Amino acid sequence: MINIVGSGLAGLSAAINLAYRNISCNLISVQESNRAQSVMAEGGINAALNTMGEDDDISLHFEDTLKGGAYLGEESAIRGLTENAVDIVYWLKSLGVPFESKDGKIVLRNFGGQKKKRTAYVKSSTGKMLMNALIDEARKYEVKGLIRRFDHHEVYDLLIGNSSCRGLKMRDLYTDKAYELYGPVVLCTGGLTGMFPGLTTGSRDNSGLLLSKLFLRGLELANLEMIQYHPTTINISGKRLLVSEAARGEGGRFLTYRNGEPYYFMEDLYPELKNLVTRDVASRTIYKIMNDDSCKGIYLDMTGIDKSAWTGRLSDMREELLDYIKVDIAEKPFAIEPGIHYFMGGIRVDNDHRTNIDNLYAAGECACKYHGANRLGGNSLLGAIYGGKVIGSRLVQDDNNELKETDNDYQKLNDSYSEKIRDILLSGLGIVRNKDGISDAIEKINQLLMENLKEVQFAKTVLAKAMLVSALDRKESRGAHYREDYPETDESFRKTAVASYDGDIRIEYVDLDGGKAR
Amino acid sequence: MIVEILRHKKNEDKSYVQKFEYQYDDEKQTVATMLNNLNLIDDLKDIDGNPADKIAFKQSCLQKKCGACAMLINGKPGLACARRLADYGDHIRLEPLKKFPLVEDLIVDRGIMSENLKMMEVYLKGEALVNEKRNELSYEASRCLQCGCCLEVCPNYMANNGFTGMAGAMPLSRIINELNKSDLKEVSKTYNRYVYEGCGKSLACVDICPAGIKIEDLLVNSNAIAIWKRYIKD
Ligand SMILES: Cc1cc2nc3c(=O)[nH]c(=O)nc-3n(C[C@H](O)[C@H](O)[C@H](O)COP(=O)(O)OP(=O)(O)OC[C@H]3O[C@@H](n4cnc5c(N)ncnc54)[C@H](O)[C@@H]3O)c2cc1C
Ligand code: SF4
Ligand code: SF4
Ligand code: FES
Repeated sequence: MINIVGSGLAGLSAAINLAYRNISCNLISVQESNRAQSVMAEGGINAALNTMGEDDDISLHFEDTLKGGAYLGEESAIRGLTENAVDIVYWLKSLGVPFESKDGKIVLRNFGGQKKKRTAYVKSSTGKMLMNALIDEARKYEVKGLIRRFDHHEVYDLLIGNSSCRGLKMRDLYTDKAYELYGPVVLCTGGLTGMFPGLTTGSRDNSGLLLSKLFLRGLELANLEMIQYHPTTINISGKRLLVSEAARGEGGRFLTYRNGEPYYFMEDLYPELKNLVTRDVASRTIYKIMNDDSCKGIYLDMTGIDKSAWTGRLSDMREELLDYIKVDIAEKPFAIEPGIHYFMGGIRVDNDHRTNIDNLYAAGECACKYHGANRLGGNSLLGAIYGGKVIGSRLVQDDNNELKETDNDYQKLNDSYSEKIRDILLSGLGIVRNKDGISDAIEKINQLLMENLKEVQFAKTVLAKAMLVSALDRKESRGAHYREDYPETDESFRKTAVASYDGDIRIEYVDLDGGKAR
Repeated sequence: MIVEILRHKKNEDKSYVQKFEYQYDDEKQTVATMLNNLNLIDDLKDIDGNPADKIAFKQSCLQKKCGACAMLINGKPGLACARRLADYGDHIRLEPLKKFPLVEDLIVDRGIMSENLKMMEVYLKGEALVNEKRNELSYEASRCLQCGCCLEVCPNYMANNGFTGMAGAMPLSRIINELNKSDLKEVSKTYNRYVYEGCGKSLACVDICPAGIKIEDLLVNSNAIAIWKRYIKD
């Protein structure tokens, strides 16, 4: 069977699209789909539906995505993404997603880095609504026997030989029994949030451990230095709470107090896009303001927003923040700060979502394809569904449905070790980076690597090092990667940084060629 | 504070109570964060100084959006990531949900909820009817976290007695709200059999639902369409 690892949006999309072609799959995830990070997505999904009378067009979505990604995304892939976006959103509607609409048409909202209203949404709960519709759609094929689910199973290794994948190893988290499954594998395991436990807006479930192990086994990764700091997050108990970009899209304004006077700095500094600048620019600007002695505090001011929004499309956001920070955001500006949110980098795939290992595919946030050096809000729900769709429309039936019990050789990793790695990574991979900071972090990693590590610790440490080395080697500033020692964008670095491991970490800069990973 | 946890080792039959001494300063700290903090301690010890295993519990979003972390907190079902320690004084007791098979510590197997939805064939057969008037109810129904808190307090819910509780009714009510008339008959039967007949309408589920879903509104709508056959195309 086809083995899909991860049942968030990308995994569900792959499974459903395979089922549409009568092809069966195993759908394996640590927890049920309801618990996947995809349910947390808030603001919306992009498509040039052109329902707002703004003359929007697919080519403009394409351009904004390319430009927003600081021209590090691959044109042919982004073309596919943006051309399919409209169909995807109407497909979601046909599955019953209750998109905000008016007079029978889907309403779109503004999002950062886009000059047109292009983001379809359901209040600030878009991910949950999309997931619910796809979970129900997948159920249709579970009943028919085309999708076989393994919830509460963690895939901890793949069966790889001669640069080809023939199956996977997983453990049942409830019984501790381990099994092998055979056939092609599709990784939809989400972003690398597990490298920064407690400090991201995402899910605790996406540990990144499988990816680190596969890196040691020869899987190529790309653009690992590209980590998105979302400008509007809040530190709450044990995690970062995202304030959706819808807050800015609906008219929220960045505010500080300069010499005691209110100062709407984004509007002053970026007269064209104002508060709707891309996330990389917003986070960097906030960082500068935070370090400016004449300025005090960073707030989001939503008090001027049309009152009708608070009962309708922003009602859930208002309630959530009232609960978590005890501020009524309709009445008072509230403090925000940038926080780690999304990983543009990940598994290197070609336009068919193939990795450099035969019979191994990847889609969703774990893969690196569409978002270049900075992802536009609303493009990753799209990218996850589209990536799953590409895979679901390409793979062919595999008849081996054996489930074989095997020795459980899973190794546990202590949370305290993960936090140690996190703190080192953070010291090198902040919003603003420089050679000394990154080199110091690498030095600390090297010291750890000399200790007597378990394999699972070693793998995680090597992946962390690859992220740091990627940041050290890219001697330019582009998108989310800002080097104060190389503040300019350098055309010669307009290339994919491909990381591989052969006993040593290698970073190779590969032309953006429309994406052959092999 | 004293944290009392009803624990259970995987694949064993006996449960035992273990107490921990725990200190925190952030008044916003949640039960889930407390558990994560305890688990960060490499040589975790209980209140008597005996070495203790890491505490197993489920979590994912840590912001009330995924339903993973449901457990009994001082006897009441709730989300560990939503409950603040400060609201419990100097003593808190954590137990696994009781209506589901126990796996380990605070983890239970809630697979019955997805099995029920499969049994009820909760999916759309044709294209969804969505429009501005229906959207609000579809949104409400789609918010269900499948956390199981409603089943825990429901006097009428037991595994495999045919009644699937609100964890079954909410997803089904989204389908009922969006279905085509040709599918009405079959879905009505399902609703009647697995929801309507079994529900005593005591509404204990409404108060406990951590998502605050407007359960009554959805039941009224589902009853109108599926029981009283007041099907309106748009
Ligand atoms: C708070 C928040 C808000 C967001 N808002 C938006 C938005 O408005 N618009 C937008 O476009 N994007 C948004 N994003 C980003 C977007 O939600 C994600 O990029 C996208 O949902 C990722 O989907 P995915 O399917 O790749 O992964 P996920 O949904 O993260 O799913 C990963 C799956 O893999 C499983 N898994 C992981 N490792 C293993 C393993 N070893 N074995 C078995 N299973 C495994 C998990 O259990 C899970 O099922 C937001 C993200 C966050 C955190
Ligand atoms: S109304 Fe009462 S019987 Fe019906 S689901 Fe809720 S708690 Fe159970
Ligand atoms: S109805 Fe409420 S309590 Fe019941 S499963 Fe859904 S979210 Fe949980
Ligand atoms: S961890 Fe998601 S609801 Fe608590």
